[in-house]
Amino acid sequence: MPASEYLRQSALAALGLAAKAGAGPARGAGVILRECAPRAQLCLRGGPGADFEKAVEGVLGVRPPLESGMSARNGDRTLLWLGPDEWLAVLPDERSEEVLSRLRDALAPLHVAVVDVSHSRAVVELSGAHARSVLQKGCHLDLHPSRFRAGSVAQSKFARCHVLLHQTDDAPAYDLYIQRSFARYLWSWLEDAAAEFGVTVEV
Amino acid sequence: MNEQRFRLFAGGRIDRERAVRFDFDGERYTGFAGDTVASALLAHGVHLVGRSFKYHRPRGILSAGAEEPNALLQVGRGAYTLPNQRATQVELYAGLSATSQNRWPSLRFDAGAVSSLLSPLFPAGFYYKTFMWPPSFWLRHYEPLIRRAAGLGRSPTEPDPDRYEKMHVHCDVLVVGAGAAGLAAALSAGRTGARVMLADEQSEPGGWLLGSKTAIDDAPAVEWIASALEDLRSMPEVRVLPRTTVTGYYDHNYLVALERVGDHLPPGTGGARPRQRLWKIRARQVVLATGAHERPLVFRNNDRPGIMLAGAARQYVNRYAVRPGESAVVVTNNDSAYPAAIDLSDCGMQVHIVDVRSRPPEAMAAAARQRSIEIFAGHALVAAHGHARVREVTLASLDAARTGYTGTPRRLSCDLVAMSGGLNPAVHLFSQSRGRIVYSPERGCFVPGESVQAERSAGAANGTFPLAYCLSEGREAGKAAAAAAGFRKRGGLRSPKVEGEREQPAEAWWISPPSRAGAPLNKHFVDFQNDVSAADIALAAREGYRSVEHVKRYTTTGMGTDQGKTSNTNAIAIISQTLGVDPSQVGVTTFRPPYTPLTFGALAGRDIGELADPVRTTPMHDWHLAHGAAFEDVGQWKRPWYYPAAGESMQDAVDRECLAARNAIGILDATTLGKIDIQGADAAEFLDRIYTNGFRKLAPGRCRYGLMCGEDGMVFDDGVTARLADRHFLMSTTTGGAARVLAWLEEWSQTEWPELEVYFNSVTEQYAVASISGPFARALLEELATGIDLGPEALPFMSWGEGRVAGIPARIVRVSFTGESSFEINVPSDYGLYLWTTLMRAGARYGITPFGTEAMHVLRAEKGFIIAGQDTDGTVTPDDLGLGRMVSRHKDFIGKRSLARPDCRRADRKQLVGLLTEDPQTVLPEGAQIVDRVLPRPPMKMIGHVTSSYFSANLGRSIALALLRGGRERHGERVVLPLPKRRVAATVTAPVFYDEQGERLRA
Amino acid sequence: MLLIHCPWCGPRNEDEFSYGGEAHIVRPAAPEAESDAQWADYLFMRTNRKGLNLERWVHTHGCGRWFNVARDTVTHRIEAVYGMGEAPPVQSRGGG
Repeated sequence: MPASEYLRQSALAALGLAAKAGAGPARGAGVILRECAPRAQLCLRGGPGADFEKAVEGVLGVRPPLESGMSARNGDRTLLWLGPDEWLAVLPDERSEEVLSRLRDALAPLHVAVVDVSHSRAVVELSGAHARSVLQKGCHLDLHPSRFRAGSVAQSKFARCHVLLHQTDDAPAYDLYIQRSFARYLWSWLEDAAAEFGVTVEV
Repeated sequence: MNEQRFRLFAGGRIDRERAVRFDFDGERYTGFAGDTVASALLAHGVHLVGRSFKYHRPRGILSAGAEEPNALLQVGRGAYTLPNQRATQVELYAGLSATSQNRWPSLRFDAGAVSSLLSPLFPAGFYYKTFMWPPSFWLRHYEPLIRRAAGLGRSPTEPDPDRYEKMHVHCDVLVVGAGAAGLAAALSAGRTGARVMLADEQSEPGGWLLGSKTAIDDAPAVEWIASALEDLRSMPEVRVLPRTTVTGYYDHNYLVALERVGDHLPPGTGGARPRQRLWKIRARQVVLATGAHERPLVFRNNDRPGIMLAGAARQYVNRYAVRPGESAVVVTNNDSAYPAAIDLSDCGMQVHIVDVRSRPPEAMAAAARQRSIEIFAGHALVAAHGHARVREVTLASLDAARTGYTGTPRRLSCDLVAMSGGLNPAVHLFSQSRGRIVYSPERGCFVPGESVQAERSAGAANGTFPLAYCLSEGREAGKAAAAAAGFRKRGGLRSPKVEGEREQPAEAWWISPPSRAGAPLNKHFVDFQNDVSAADIALAAREGYRSVEHVKRYTTTGMGTDQGKTSNTNAIAIISQTLGVDPSQVGVTTFRPPYTPLTFGALAGRDIGELADPVRTTPMHDWHLAHGAAFEDVGQWKRPWYYPAAGESMQDAVDRECLAARNAIGILDATTLGKIDIQGADAAEFLDRIYTNGFRKLAPGRCRYGLMCGEDGMVFDDGVTARLADRHFLMSTTTGGAARVLAWLEEWSQTEWPELEVYFNSVTEQYAVASISGPFARALLEELATGIDLGPEALPFMSWGEGRVAGIPARIVRVSFTGESSFEINVPSDYGLYLWTTLMRAGARYGITPFGTEAMHVLRAEKGFIIAGQDTDGTVTPDDLGLGRMVSRHKDFIGKRSLARPDCRRADRKQLVGLLTEDPQTVLPEGAQIVDRVLPRPPMKMIGHVTSSYFSANLGRSIALALLRGGRERHGERVVLPLPKRRVAATVTAPVFYDEQGERLRA
Repeated sequence: MLLIHCPWCGPRNEDEFSYGGEAHIVRPAAPEAESDAQWADYLFMRTNRKGLNLERWVHTHGCGRWFNVARDTVTHRIEAVYGMGEAPPVQSRGGG
């Protein structure tokens, strides 16, 4: 295999998902699974406080959400609440280095940490009519629409690993951020859990 | 046997259009959809379905529900089979195969029944008294014997082919039980908009109403049920779960329920749907509408087939359209048996009523007499007669004291006895919720006391039996529960109209006196499943047992799979009578989950096979796989252990890998080591407090090996930390310690030193790491690296630099765990595989050789480098490891004060040493004990143990590390390690075997 | 399965948290100045009440924050949840 072909390999590359896509039921599948393309993920520690929030907003155009379990979005940049002094900035992969250095510069005078964790987690999108039921098989969060909706974020246990869950659409659709080394386990788990509803793999 | 001789021509909740064939003990039968195995067998006149546990007495169908103690069947074939299934709950499906249990060779002729003849020899506590001595006999003789005799079905031996799911859900109101009260509760809670779950164990909601002829709103009760369900279905936030048993009630309103999704379908037809689903429910409020169980009456031979509970008989007539016999004797201490008698009579049976009360209820008695039912008031059943089926009963008039009989006993022939000793509220879940249950003398039963959790009981479960009250109590409970969860709706629900019922009080009367004073009560059965008689319980009381918990264990009453649902109250009453105290003083046993047994499949769910536990893999995993690596589990990680070439043994492969790392290049996937990014103005100060050695003076660009102790002074992890910038460090930890160390840092930061400005972030998964070691490592890397000077002056041992390797941005760290000149190359994980394959390709001409964890262990042991967790075990200080020089005298750190405790300063502590066996080919087993003096047999005084031991190809001999008492003073001494069948002598050395000066790693 | 109210994430199942032992045990400012007995008391001795205990928990599978919980070890009732460094809003009680 020429080097360029596997220069960059996602956590799920070996599963041959492209071949699986299209093999499943095209219509009527209750669950759709997709490995998301690489995205820049930057962990921000700092604040809360006006200086910190303004500096972050200055670079990303998004103010860090202060309410637990929430996210904020501006165009292709999203900030996910991870803790009272912790956020995950998610943005297009190609902007990772530029934003990282701008953030470091803007925040330099403050007590902060900005860490590139883009390769730390794989992201799997789960959608379809039965997406919530699949999640409920492995996760005890209350995902009822009155409690958890588009924009909601939570970290929790999922199956036998740790997950960062971000609901991206009320349809519903969810992004599952999972530690890279657990990604294959999680994918197998999700495919198995979704089997009773019919599952389609997309790329 | 296709003739359903006892099936009624009309009525019931069965589907006569859908005949269902099944077999029982090899005989073929036909029932209808909607039948249970019990109702279908009764439709054929089959009452005898099993043998009892201890005496192997013939047993029939006692109940029509979850409380069944007798009719336990082995259901299904092969891998699908399940033991101890209650025939009264197993729904019929086409091809169902059931067999009776506890019998050999057949149900009608059972060899074990001889123990029934010997029953006087098996009193309460028999096992305790008989199988006591000698103790060695337990394992070899008694236990196998008892186990073989015990029976109770068999579990399948094949892997379970079915799927089992788990669901985690939240609701505002969980209603348990969909009888009259439960439906009313769900309706009133549901209309407020609250999220309501209604779980019911039966195939269809309705509870005992399904088996009654009661009218609600002037129409049959089933119509009210249907309209209630329709209302519930129209509420989007209400979920109704039939075939779902709530089996456990845990802390903070956490409940577990088992849904039998596919148990009523032929095996293997569920597709991807699960057979069972375990629901884990967090409910803000709970309504327990679990109904009640009818109590048997206790008289001689009350366990004969054909003797069943009156309410169950009524269920079989009305719900299943089965006539449970030709001629019935209904015996009771309360009113509820009268409607049963009337229903039995109306379906064509000849009926007699025996009422222990002298004044039967007037209106009900009149209705009975209209049907020519003869009533024997003030009478009791003295005994039942018959063997495989009741044939006749003896009844007699009770005397004034009600402890004996007057007049001449009479005999009535019958093939059915329907008995009612009153109702026991099903308080199991309430009790599990830690609520205390209390005895109600008016109602002659135990009822829920004060609620402890956010819970309320309603209807029969609360000791409220008349239908009108059940409905209104259920409605109020549902409304109150919803309100407590924050949901209200104005206006009330209309009360359904129910015919008024005025009952005569039940008589708290439990047990028929013996036929003559002093005659034994050893055939007056209390616990059917465990064959416990009134005589056993009285004996326990006479032998001094006062606590019901002790009586339970001594007699085994209530300890069967049914957990005494039908027997506990009778047992308590008999204890109280024997002791002459009130039942409330006897107390009750603790109800424990599960309410009915759960399958292991449901508990395991899908956490089986490859999903049993996560397998963590590195970005290079597929290369390792493709190149034949044998893997070692390190925590959840799969790490290459060694890479056997064709025909190589493990030792061959490890030897080859070890030699390559010292003579050419070895390459190790080191991705799994923990990596923690540490930033902040106080980062150096923080590290100074965490590590035993100092980090403040570490220059940016340099690395330092650090030891971490617990506050008790014992080493718990180690690793190299690089200073990336003035306020920025990168710490590495052991693979197993990654999560623990991060948690440790966070704990001290958040709880003890919040004033220190420092943040920690795990970057373990961010970087893939390939570590190359050996004399040609630098040469190889120089071919691939750009933008970095790799020379020993620019990048000396214990420093790091940044550049590109194969075009990938990389951090190169000069640390060494092998003792060779090493380069640890960190790249973003997605490039890990590319980095690895590039190194392998370019390294081929240097003889690059991948090595696994085994070779890594050997190489580091040659150098005497410890592995925290292998050479340490939580009782080892830095000084014990010979690393006392790493303990700073100039600062405090976690654990420092403990190192000054007298025990940590003893000279004879176990210290790390090397061991060289006298025979260089002998490899000591890890864990082998070093003894003070060898004696012919243990015990011997142990003075140390081997922590690491390998054959070193580089040294051509075995090496070992050990912790040895006062070891540092014993270098050069000879020690002996006794092993099974041999002794190994070894010489104590310093714990370093190779390149003591460390010239190679600095190269 | 207890339901623990994380001060930041709200009510979550017990298995998301890790237990951190008795709260309000202060690390001596100058460990070297402590006698062996005083140090042993800090290191080893815990109250372990049968009743209301003040204890530390960390939201391991959530926001990762440490906090204090007042929990009755007999009934499992949680009477209060409060931050690190805050004074307990209730007093511990029960046999030591």
